[in-house]
Amino acid sequence: MSTFEPRIIAFCCYYCAYSAADLAGSMRLQYPASIRMIELPCSGKIEHNMLLTAFEEGADGVYVAGCMEGDCHYLKGNIRARKRVEYVKKLLDELGIGGDRLEMFNLSSAMGPRFAEIANEMTERIRALGPSPLNKAHSQTEKDGEDA
Amino acid sequence: MIVAEQKPLTEIAENIKDAQKVLVVGCGGCVTVCLSGGQKEVDILATSLRILRKKDGTPIDTATETLERQCDKEYVDKLAEKVQAADCVVSLACGVGVQYLAERYPDKVIIPAQNTKFIGGTTEHGIWEERCALCGECILAQTGGICPIIRCSKSILNGPCGGSQGGKCEVNPDTPCAWTLIYGQLKRQGREAALGEIFPVKDWSKARDGGPRKYVREDVLL
Repeated sequence: MSTFEPRIIAFCCYYCAYSAADLAGSMRLQYPASIRMIELPCSGKIEHNMLLTAFEEGADGVYVAGCMEGDCHYLKGNIRARKRVEYVKKLLDELGIGGDRLEMFNLSSAMGPRFAEIANEMTERIRALGPSPLNKAHSQTEKDGEDA
Repeated sequence: MIVAEQKPLTEIAENIKDAQKVLVVGCGGCVTVCLSGGQKEVDILATSLRILRKKDGTPIDTATETLERQCDKEYVDKLAEKVQAADCVVSLACGVGVQYLAERYPDKVIIPAQNTKFIGGTTEHGIWEERCALCGECILAQTGGICPIIRCSKSILNGPCGGSQGGKCEVNPDTPCAWTLIYGQLKRQGREAALGEIFPVKDWSKARDGGPRKYVREDVLL
């Protein structure tokens, strides 16, 4: 049985996903401990390089969670975030990491159960994909070092 | 501005495959405006190259810098220390910037990361279109500010040609016929009668056909 516990970075908009996470907590909903949340003032704050850096620093999966389309506090931040996520997904395919490891989600601050559901969904997806090729390469280098 | 498009990552990676320390240099001029070679793109490219090499088990160190412009020696000079510390330099400038780096640092391998495409402008955010052919002899005064050299697929001077249909070009139906635009513009200004005059054959020796060009202004030489 696989003991792989993925490391997943969730970039969460302050106005929706971050509050939804609070709500999930208040509702005593369980979601995997694999999720590391980073609060953003808006999902539109996300930059291509922030997503790439998360993978470089050891994430097995990354997702951006913004408001429902049409409900962005800054009007178009979540639309822009989605476009950047789509761009970086292609880049990750080109880099051999795999675009499936990155996703964009939309939810509102009232959707605590959906927050937990997304966390589960993403954890299951990454668990099925296995560790990021970068982490595999890293553990192989460490193993080689030990063998030597 | 000069519009450039980043080369495929695999091509850039192939060109730096023997390097361990890579300096990625951006340009704060045209390529920053056309979102292909400024500070943001420098960071994305450097991270991408590090990821690619880490995955392949041959990690690299990257340094980054974005100069005010790469087509001015004064700015290129400022890179000396960083260039010395690197095995090779990847430039995200247009072809001019790459050559300025190569001339200033002849002992280093300078890798272009862009395909320089054309001189143009932003028609909407994320869309750039060609507007100048650098022909060396501007005739925009006679053509209502619409250039037939670059905007007409055939660069003809006495158009439109027989391929102009419903104001569109036969080469690409998405391209407006430059000569239809010119006629419309001159008519709006009450100058359409000027089109009765035939443009003489163009002197292409003032364009690229005359070899590499040079422009000297005696009064500003130091």
